[in-house]
Amino acid sequence: MTASTQRLASAQRIASVPRLASARLWALLLLACAAAGLAGCSGTQAGASAYHAQDISGIMPPLAFHLTGPGGRPITEQFLHGKVAIIYFGYTHCPDECPTTLARLSSTLRLLGPAANQVRVLFVSVDPQRDTPAVLAQYAHYFAPQVVGASGSDAELTAMTKRYRVAYRRDPPDAHGNYDVYHSSAVFVFDAEGRARLLVPDTETPPQLAEDLSSLAAG
Amino acid sequence: MTLLRWLLPWDFSVTVLTCCLAFVVLYARGVHASRQRGAAVPARWQQSIFYIGMLLIYIPLQTRYDYYAQHMFWMHRLQHFLLHDFASLLVALTFPWPMLGAGLPTAWHAPLRRVWQSAPVRALYAFVTQPLIAFTLFVGLIYLWLWPSVHFRAMLSLREYKCMNWSVAVDGLLFWALILDPRSKAEGAAMHMGPRIFLALATMVPETIIGAYLSLHHGVVYTVYEICGRLWPVDAVTDQQLGGLIVWIPASMMCSFAALIVMRRWVQHDALARSRAPMPAARAVAATMDLTALAGEP
Repeated sequence: MTASTQRLASAQRIASVPRLASARLWALLLLACAAAGLAGCSGTQAGASAYHAQDISGIMPPLAFHLTGPGGRPITEQFLHGKVAIIYFGYTHCPDECPTTLARLSSTLRLLGPAANQVRVLFVSVDPQRDTPAVLAQYAHYFAPQVVGASGSDAELTAMTKRYRVAYRRDPPDAHGNYDVYHSSAVFVFDAEGRARLLVPDTETPPQLAEDLSSLAAG
Repeated sequence: MTLLRWLLPWDFSVTVLTCCLAFVVLYARGVHASRQRGAAVPARWQQSIFYIGMLLIYIPLQTRYDYYAQHMFWMHRLQHFLLHDFASLLVALTFPWPMLGAGLPTAWHAPLRRVWQSAPVRALYAFVTQPLIAFTLFVGLIYLWLWPSVHFRAMLSLREYKCMNWSVAVDGLLFWALILDPRSKAEGAAMHMGPRIFLALATMVPETIIGAYLSLHHGVVYTVYEICGRLWPVDAVTDQQLGGLIVWIPASMMCSFAALIVMRRWVQHDALARSRAPMPAARAVAATMDLTALAGEP
């Protein structure tokens, strides 16, 4: 290395010292911002929330769908307007998860007493071939008067499940025509104006959910 | 018909389509224009790598693959591996920027050069190419989107989901463009070759840590896939472990791959610099011997 390049290198080293210091400062600042953001996020998720369920206000789109409801009549979000709406995706041949969830929801409605009239449960079947409006009506009848069954074409179901980012899939039928259906376990709650509000985990008990629904109905 | 179902966008985005198409069209135009001018163009294989890279950015963002990535954790990690580590590395590896520039309409050259050389753009470029910032952004984005509560929201909110995928793709391109710049610092690259090797290898450490944690952890960290439904019955922990393995092994492998490429280029640059410098015959012979000794080393 010649003398001139040595001088140049040392000059660069001197010039790069404040730059490195400011880079460290910026990196720290970035990390601090991220940490603050994360703290904020976990805050709304846990203790700070007014609900037992997960608050999804503002992160999911408002209620909108086109399905076939009771009596084979078309049904849209208008049907649920003014009520606190609970949406759940499943199918009537479901051996365990759907009846359990719907039973939990109907005990919640019983706990609410007369206030249950402010709530509707929309059970959306992702198995329209087997779940005709008649089958759905009979199935809903087992649980509570506020439970309404609906289904639709694959295009309609895809549009709705895509909107709420849930998955469903039907396996091809076996020799006896039986097939498995995969669906989400999500229970969405929308307020009277159709805004997405809560995502209910399956660990939430009926008394907790009743509390959540009352405070939603109250405002 | 099935193929079409696979290739049609799950969530159509005009921005993704426009950006990907613009990159491909500009590159093709740039190669064509340079060839007509008699200027140097990238070799066929380099061009192919560029197009493959762009395709591997487009596929996870716009085809039905996106639906799978939304509902299986390991497929989501594979999506980010492509966007953040693999496809963006392929694109940056071909150093496509001169061709993209040459592909722009001539009338845009002067105004765009003015924007590129304007103080705010230079300052932003200088900022994001500082090693510590580049490291923090690259690793920070992996940790940010894998933070359980942030991940939960991102998988539910379409806006945050798009923001997540865009951020990892853009940062991947930025980072690999910084590391894999074929020029030396004297020729205009933002960093010296040596620190770039160190930077690439340094990112392996946090990637390995989070990847190993997810592959070896037995509790479910990401509950959102359970709630929104998986596409086929895979156990939640298995899904999570597979996703962790993708972060752990292939993602950190790309870092060492990049480091190897920079090492090779470093040696080549040195050889070139020595052959250009006027030196006595004896020293030139010594230098060549030096190089063969270097190349002979594993």
